[in-house]
Amino acid sequence: MTDTAWIDGALTSARPQAVGALLRYFRNLDTAEEAFQNACLRALKSWPQNGPPRDPAAWLIMVGRNVAIDDIRRGKKQQPLPEDEAISDLDDAEEQLAERLDGSHYRDDILRLLFICCHPDLPATQQIALALRIVSGLTVKQIARAFLVSEAAMEQRITRAKARVADADVPFETPGAVERTERLSAVAAMIYLIFNEGYSASGDTAEIRAPLCEEAIRLARLLLRLFQSEAEIMGLTALLLLQHARAAARFDSDGAVILLDDQDRSKWNKPMIAEGLALIDKAMRHRRSGPYQVQAAIAALHARAEKPEETDWTQIDLLYGALEVMQPSPVVTLNRAVAVSKVRGPQAALDMIEPLAARLSNYFHFFGVRGAFLMQLGRNDEARTAFDRAIALANTSAEAAHIRMHLDRLQRDSQPRGKKAGK
Amino acid sequence: MLYAILCYHDEDTVGSWSKDQEAAVMKKLSVVQDKLAKQGRLGPVARLLPTTSATTLRKDDPPLVLDGPYAETKEQLLGFYVVDCKNLDEALDVARDLGAANPGGAYEIRPVGLLRPGSVPS
Repeated sequence: MTDTAWIDGALTSARPQAVGALLRYFRNLDTAEEAFQNACLRALKSWPQNGPPRDPAAWLIMVGRNVAIDDIRRGKKQQPLPEDEAISDLDDAEEQLAERLDGSHYRDDILRLLFICCHPDLPATQQIALALRIVSGLTVKQIARAFLVSEAAMEQRITRAKARVADADVPFETPGAVERTERLSAVAAMIYLIFNEGYSASGDTAEIRAPLCEEAIRLARLLLRLFQSEAEIMGLTALLLLQHARAAARFDSDGAVILLDDQDRSKWNKPMIAEGLALIDKAMRHRRSGPYQVQAAIAALHARAEKPEETDWTQIDLLYGALEVMQPSPVVTLNRAVAVSKVRGPQAALDMIEPLAARLSNYFHFFGVRGAFLMQLGRNDEARTAFDRAIALANTSAEAAHIRMHLDRLQRDSQPRGKKAGK
Repeated sequence: MLYAILCYHDEDTVGSWSKDQEAAVMKKLSVVQDKLAKQGRLGPVARLLPTTSATTLRKDDPPLVLDGPYAETKEQLLGFYVVDCKNLDEALDVARDLGAANPGGAYEIRPVGLLRPGSVPS
């Protein structure tokens, strides 16, 4: 068999469970990672010859553990690999181990592994980098590329994060229900951070950073498979899928942002939308609402509209209202105002955001949205001032370019009406 | 005789395919399917969304609704084909062709007792 891509796939998908279990045995992240690495090396030798084991994760845990124990006994690590025969006869042991793994153990193993990365002392960027390295198994090079930093800088960031995690007290006993819920919500937040790191990329870097979105979706699905009845994890997974489904339509060929209303909806990813809608549907049945579900429900209303005019803005307004109660924030209100402008007109929307001015005085989107409302009201001079401020605050060239488009339109509109009444 | 070819694979592994890998597998599979379609032997084909999107209704009294797939298995039912074959050998050949295009996992080959083509436009 020459095609070994399946081995890579199997190693990647077994990784969270295997490293999580090895961490439980050794209670040391470096040892666990190294044990996994060694097991992978052996898998690459053994699997093409002997075929894949029935349960790759169990095989890797078993082999990783044995090798690491040998290493520890010998007190050094520079030993050659033992003969293949010594590790090839694993079938019986694998069976036993697999049975134990089928219990609830591995669920908490994976959750613990993810949870370690969410250590509150770690800044968000380090949490994400650590999770991508340890849980997803991306190489430092891949992570550095996605973060647009040098490999050396990323190496340092991960090393530092690991050192801090190693000093921290990681609870190894099986978590109680309350603690499990807390871990789950910390991990969900971290997965959302990974996603946004990719999603907020500008057009020129979106392609490079898209793997972050895909990885976040993979982790969310993994978490949901472990906690099948958690409505908020369904909501989170749905939210990520529904947002990422629009990826191919979000930027034009120059990398400029295309707003939702102007996107070519035929480029939206249909299977992803179907999965997102199915999940939000399932989540709603539980009647335990939460911020991810509400945001997913908003994204679902956009996804369901085949044309922008079919968007149910009244419902979106209500959902943002619910989100404001759950997670009060001026940014949520700002988003709600966009829906309000569609339902009750630009004046009502403007009235809604005026009180936010002090808190959002340095926020690009505030001035972009404010300018758009003023423009709709025909208050062009004020709109221009708002757009100028937005450009000054733009985070990316694509954001600035988008606002300049509005300014150009104002310019055109203020000239006497000529031959072209352009859009 | 109609045979259902039920596709089992570790959905984690399938889910960790890159976009390119996914496209390559789909392309190879479509070659096999096109051949069958031309011979007029290909029935309904379905690819199922991940088991995380599944819901199970246990037909207890009253029926119980559960999140997730019916069975927790190491490899999951991810889709199926219905193919017209003379006998099991021929069905196995089709499965081998499909398996060469999409390695890993397993196919369960089950003779079909009744097939209603249905009326849903695909």
